[in-house]
Amino acid sequence: MSPAAGAPRLLPAGDRAWLLEAPDDAGARRAPRFARELTEDPPTGVEDVLPAARTVLVTLRPGADASAVAREVLRRWASPPAADEAAFAASADVVTVPVRYDGEDLADVAALLGTSPEDVVAQHTGTTWECAFVGFAPGFGYLRSPDGRLNVPRRAQSRTAVPAGAVALADGYSAVYPRRSPGGWQVIGTTAAVLWDVDAEPPALLRPGTGVRFVREEDA
Amino acid sequence: MSALGAGLEVLAPGPLTTVQDRGRAGAFRYGVGVAGAADRAALALANRLVANPPERAGLEVLLGGLEVRAEGPLVVAVTGAPVPVTVDGRPAPHASVLVLGAGQVLQLGQAPTGLRAYVAVRGGVAVEPVLGSRSRDTLAGLGPDPLAAGDRLPVGPAPAGRPRLRTAPVAGPATGTVAVGVVPGPRHDWFTDPGVLFTGTWTVTPASDRVGLRLERPDGQPGLRRRREEELPSEGVAVGSLQVPPSGQPVLFGPDHPVTGGYPVVGVVRDADVDRLAQVRPGQSLRFRPVPAPEVPAP
Repeated sequence: MSPAAGAPRLLPAGDRAWLLEAPDDAGARRAPRFARELTEDPPTGVEDVLPAARTVLVTLRPGADASAVAREVLRRWASPPAADEAAFAASADVVTVPVRYDGEDLADVAALLGTSPEDVVAQHTGTTWECAFVGFAPGFGYLRSPDGRLNVPRRAQSRTAVPAGAVALADGYSAVYPRRSPGGWQVIGTTAAVLWDVDAEPPALLRPGTGVRFVREEDA
Repeated sequence: MSALGAGLEVLAPGPLTTVQDRGRAGAFRYGVGVAGAADRAALALANRLVANPPERAGLEVLLGGLEVRAEGPLVVAVTGAPVPVTVDGRPAPHASVLVLGAGQVLQLGQAPTGLRAYVAVRGGVAVEPVLGSRSRDTLAGLGPDPLAAGDRLPVGPAPAGRPRLRTAPVAGPATGTVAVGVVPGPRHDWFTDPGVLFTGTWTVTPASDRVGLRLERPDGQPGLRRRREEELPSEGVAVGSLQVPPSGQPVLFGPDHPVTGGYPVVGVVRDADVDRLAQVRPGQSLRFRPVPAPEVPAP
């Protein structure tokens, strides 16, 4: 028996977490918004909620009734979304990130895509990216474009240190490294924007749902 | 001396001592994980001994070697790995209420078994919280830096309650092969034979820390092989997850694990057994036994 169309799978992640897997691409696009709704109005027993590419991890408080949480999460997924996609996008903030397109991998990225570095820059600055989820490191947002542009694989060799502010591409996402860290993404530029400041409120520039416009620094 | 009263002066930190509390749950939206004491029950017991509320921060001491001087009268307790404890050189009991006078030195020796000892001080270690927690997250670099000689740790106001137990009977950490329960999934179906996880033993390698235990298969025992070779889109991972990178050698995620991962998780250690992982030394082995997942209600 296969689940009804549109029904997510709820997979166990131990006995204190559930992994909700979106049934299709439309469901995957809904995941950040669903996660935000769960975070803002958490069902009894839910400790925290983490959206990712196609899933939402729901962790439980100690002693919570895992089956009751599962029932409520599935009930909320099945009920009509509180706001439609367009309204959510319109309500989300859009931040502008100035970039100097001097990344070491810019030429490689252009070659991989069969185009010029100038065209890579034009494509990167020519759309509004959406933060689909945050992970890997504090404030590291996985930015998705509406048309899936600039989809390149990770580097064959990951770097032991990618500097803070590196603007990069991999696996269909763009991202800005919030701090110096190891990394395997293709670096196309650098920004002076502060992505992570633990003393700021909120500490992260990007949250699931935040829109991002990259602009060439010379034009900023 | 601050308005908070007597603090602790660090004379020697040992190999790694960090401030830990119950962790930073609720910060996933920023890409920040939970961290917190690796052996949660041991910190909870230390806090209970000194009559602290359970959310107060203490010290997590890897292997031992910590030396601290009380700047004034303080009440402390040492739990977790059974390190020899001395006060001004005189032996003092484990998992017991210890009273330090001004200037007295608490010293932790090397743990003969287990890996992490915990020190609670009445009032709690009162360093500045970061995103609601005083825990050091070693992967994210959040929270107070690991202790260094010469640091001064403020201690918070004493709670209203008085210590009620003088000493608590505790079982020592497991030696040899440690058995833990694992809920299969969420991605066990990405492997040719996920049941291999539950056969034989897995050795904890020295490349293990608060981020995770890196496991190795002893010679001659079968490894986990992928059935699905495509890339797994990044997804959230829980503490206790057994993530399997292309090498086939699982990483068992500890309190400072990355919040998302791009390799399939074959199973997750059940919550009741997570604390035991904090006390397993490199060279010891783990044996996994399957436990059922919580029930998913029928649609």
